[in-house]
Amino acid sequence: MATKSMGDIEKIKKKLNVLIVDDDPLNLIIHEKIIKAIGGISQTANNGEEAVIIHRDGGSSFDLILMDKEMPERDGVSTTKKLREMEVKSMIVGVTSLADNEEERRAFMEAGLNHCLAKPLTKDKIIPLINQLMDA
Amino acid sequence: MQRQVALIKQSLFDQGYLDEQFMELEELQDDVNPNFVEEVATLYFKDSARLINSIDQALERGSFDFNRLDNYMHQFKGSSTSIGASKVKTECTMFREYCRMGNAEGCLRTFQQVKKEHATLRKKLEHYFQLARQAGPKETARRSK
Repeated sequence: MATKSMGDIEKIKKKLNVLIVDDDPLNLIIHEKIIKAIGGISQTANNGEEAVIIHRDGGSSFDLILMDKEMPERDGVSTTKKLREMEVKSMIVGVTSLADNEEERRAFMEAGLNHCLAKPLTKDKIIPLINQLMDA
Repeated sequence: MQRQVALIKQSLFDQGYLDEQFMELEELQDDVNPNFVEEVATLYFKDSARLINSIDQALERGSFDFNRLDNYMHQFKGSSTSIGASKVKTECTMFREYCRMGNAEGCLRTFQQVKKEHATLRKKLEHYFQLARQAGPKETARRSK
């Protein structure tokens, strides 16, 4: 996959298949729009349990999973751990609140994230990160 | 009309009602979704009205379950952050601080501020979107960065 340098790119060359996991319907709409704007396609899950079910049912293989941290039924930390136990190989990027402290972020990372981003998500945050993760 | 729309939007930023996140949302608007921001704002006000109602009911019962109240406000703050509702977000943060301190009076007082800022923003944005629609989708000016 050819990529431009950070900051130059408006869209990702490869069409990313993204799973957006968030209990906030507003965030789901916005993050879907961002993914579409950078040339990706997306599916949504309203909480961690749904995300697990999607994978358990043999759902699509996602290039990227955007994982909200605070969710009912199954939170982001638990969901990430579970997906890694299920040997899900997708890039998982945690989406945290600015109110989260360092310890909470570390615990989230240790659950199996590739990276963490603070809300609100924007194209400028996501594009360089995806490039970086794909080049790694 | 265009100038009026631009001035109204500028004032929303200058007076601190909106922050850069609102601009990020505007940049996501395209020909397929020319009213994306208004749709997002509509969803925000619908969802936040529900949260306000839940918090109102909890406070009216006199039951200060600070964890529960904090949880509601966490959601409210998150949505406010996502749309760039700066003043509302600030008041939500204050409310959560009072929850953490277990300060019921502080919660009550701050919640009035949350509702006030929320209502003010709603009124201003409804006015802005109404004018923006009249001006036409391509004429919404952008705030220079």
